[in-house]
Amino acid sequence: MMNAPVSHDIPLPLPAPAAFLKVLLVVSFIAHILFVNLMVGGTLLTLFYEWRGRANRKWDRVAFEIARTVTVNKSLAVVLGVAPLLLINVLYTVWFYSSNALTGTAWIMIIPLVIAAFLLTYLHQYSWERLRDHKAIHLSIVAGAAALFLMVPLIFLVNINLMLFPERWLEVHGFFSALALPNVFPRYFHFLLASIAVTAIFLVGWASRKGCGLHVLVEDQGGLLRKEFYSICLVASAAQFLIGPVVLMTLPSQGLSFGLLISISCGVALAIPALLLIWKEIQRPETFSKGRYASIVLLLFGTVLFMASGRHLYRETALRPHQEAMRIKTEQYQAAVESAKKAKPSFAALDAGASAGRGKKLFQTCSACHALDHRVVGPPLFEIARIYAGNPSGIVAWAKAPGKKRPDFPQMPAMSPMFSDSDLLEIANYILDSANRGAL
Amino acid sequence: MDFPVFHLDFLGNRLLIALIAILHTVINHPLAVGGLPLIALMEWWGHRKDDPRWDRTAKKILFVFFIITTSFGALTGVGIWLSTSLVNPTAIGSLIRVFFWAWFTEWIVFVTEVCLILAYYLTWDRWSGILKGRHIRFGFLLAGASWATMAIIVAILSFMMDTGNWLTDRSLLSAVLNPVYLPQLSFRTPLAMVMAGAAALFILAFESRKNPLRDEAVKLVCRWMLAWSPFLAAGSYWYWRVIPKSMVANMSTALTTQAFTAWYDLVLFILLWSIAFLVAFAGLGAWKPKWVWRPAMIIPFFVLAALLADFERAREFIRKPYAIANYLYANGFRKDDYPLLQSEGILKYATFASIHSVTPENRVLAGREVFVLACTRCHTVGGVNSIVSKLKTMYGACPWNEDAISSYLASIHQARSFMPPFPGNEAERKALASYLVSLQTRGDFIQGAQTIGINPGLTQ
Repeated sequence: MMNAPVSHDIPLPLPAPAAFLKVLLVVSFIAHILFVNLMVGGTLLTLFYEWRGRANRKWDRVAFEIARTVTVNKSLAVVLGVAPLLLINVLYTVWFYSSNALTGTAWIMIIPLVIAAFLLTYLHQYSWERLRDHKAIHLSIVAGAAALFLMVPLIFLVNINLMLFPERWLEVHGFFSALALPNVFPRYFHFLLASIAVTAIFLVGWASRKGCGLHVLVEDQGGLLRKEFYSICLVASAAQFLIGPVVLMTLPSQGLSFGLLISISCGVALAIPALLLIWKEIQRPETFSKGRYASIVLLLFGTVLFMASGRHLYRETALRPHQEAMRIKTEQYQAAVESAKKAKPSFAALDAGASAGRGKKLFQTCSACHALDHRVVGPPLFEIARIYAGNPSGIVAWAKAPGKKRPDFPQMPAMSPMFSDSDLLEIANYILDSANRGAL
Repeated sequence: MDFPVFHLDFLGNRLLIALIAILHTVINHPLAVGGLPLIALMEWWGHRKDDPRWDRTAKKILFVFFIITTSFGALTGVGIWLSTSLVNPTAIGSLIRVFFWAWFTEWIVFVTEVCLILAYYLTWDRWSGILKGRHIRFGFLLAGASWATMAIIVAILSFMMDTGNWLTDRSLLSAVLNPVYLPQLSFRTPLAMVMAGAAALFILAFESRKNPLRDEAVKLVCRWMLAWSPFLAAGSYWYWRVIPKSMVANMSTALTTQAFTAWYDLVLFILLWSIAFLVAFAGLGAWKPKWVWRPAMIIPFFVLAALLADFERAREFIRKPYAIANYLYANGFRKDDYPLLQSEGILKYATFASIHSVTPENRVLAGREVFVLACTRCHTVGGVNSIVSKLKTMYGACPWNEDAISSYLASIHQARSFMPPFPGNEAERKALASYLVSLQTRGDFIQGAQTIGINPGLTQ
């Protein structure tokens, strides 16, 4: 807190009560991250199965079907991300934009990276038949997409993490130093495992649906594929019991609270029965029951809900003192702004001035570019007076619509929107007069 | 002032936004807003005439549109947001507070649009026979959603040009119903439709001449373009009429650039001839599609893309000196803050500055800090829109004069109607002048917070 910069808030009210916006944030973030999980996990599993499919066409078919889900899920991941991005912009404006700026190069690289990843995904899917005999090339395409999909969440994670710790901002010099903050990588692996687990449990349901390309494969083999997806989910989720504590321990203590611990514990409490149920399913792969599947999904969804809430509580606690400091500073600043507005020495004083000194006062604007006897930006007054001797209205006409006469001078801008004709005439008279007198 | 300063000293911050934003509109106007109704129309036409060739052609065009809009189109949309939040966080942060619910509605429409386009493309072959009617209705529904996303965002773009009654009542409704909104929307809608025709011609240019449907398709597309062009003419006229008067004065610089204002007439000349060319091209295609030389069919798209790009530049430029009309200047300072900042200085309140007051010893460095805060949103030192080249144009090679520059800065907004007034106090203005003078002999290169982080001199 000692080192943390304190900014002024944007002095416009929030569009709705903050609590309401925060609930929206957590809910819309869950929708977004689940599809991101399906996009990243789906691409990784596509790569994995296509690799295995070199020897056995069956796995190639599995890879193809997973790739088809990625085509849809990746677009939903992006579009569902807009709402939480909007909400985090409006709720945590100062911290979020600051961490964006501090990692700016990587942050803007998100756009070309995701475009490239999407194009590779399309290329991979729509070249499946044509590159059937060139598997190395085809595998490289999906490997490229997977590498990009692994990079982008890291950039988001670094940002969302950095914004929580304004006291560390002074140490940050670009994306890579922000990447080195202690809990970034544990959180990242936590995310990757979740992506695998979420995709695997989704594929269990997807493959068990009649009409899905995987359905035949599943039923023909006595549900072996279903067993495989369940197993992947079980292993990835069980591994969270190792990585989870590491995440918790590397979290800087300023955001920790009992609310967070309770929320996470509830999440864990729901995950345990879910894993036991999955274990049961693995032992009877040939039968699929929608009810049993639904209860596993529901329990795991509960885990996600509690984890996402815990994540939000951490942010709230970590930022609370900074928000308070900003509130006070903004109030003081706005009070100063208001009193300065009242005391403003207005240009009206200039308008009220007597006609005698008026030309001189108005000429101050012109003096930026015109001096009496030497060139500044435009020509000197002596030269102007020579051209327009006895013709002040000629100066007025020129000033309202200047042309380009001199090749080595920049063109003068039109003065007509700022000055009235009578003002311009005052100025013109002042110019001729000063040139005659030889003094401003 | 309240954010670490992201800066690109070669490319310039404005160009970063411009590249992303122009790519976005050049893709989304023709391929989504205009393209989807055109494709649905072709599908319907083929269904009515019971001619499967139309269906295949429509699907082929949709495939290209689908790939490009769901990658480049969708991501550059997000990119406008990410880039503006880097370059002018105060502007985008303020807009989001005002337009939150508009953007939130936009998001819901956008989700609908993405779901519909995925469904529309992926069910094309499956929903045939008796389901074809439903698929076509789906296409028109998708076209409606796509138009709605544009309709919402145009409200925000118009607001930036003219805030209307919002300045006094601060309500979302008066922000949305700003005076420029409907005219701009009635300009962009037919523009998107005409551009969609040009994009379809682009794809048809790669269709074999032997395909007898090609000429028929060219005919249909050109008729579509002609049908929309009177609406485009009417929309442009209405839009032109409501652009605030003060902005029209910026138009010569807006359409060209400051260096080329002398070419304004030439540019207007080219504009008119491009439009004449497009109308003639579409007329020929609608009348005698056989006479249209195949490689020439890609030209209308590029002509329209260039026109749209110049139009977007003009729209961005003419609202200067403001980012949000009468509320926030392009330099990121609020108009209301000016009285305070012009008396007490911007350094005093700049959270991330390393120097907080001007002293005789730190003049040049303090001036540099002022430059970073007040000028770098639009100017670079030596890159695009370079401040050194501006000074060279003004003062030439003879030694630059600190007093002359300082007094120019004091009235810069009057000398150049697109420039905001200098936001700081007199000491800062003089410090800035001495920094600018130092550039004549020493040169400089300013790195943004994305590279060097926050200046370690931070004490507040």
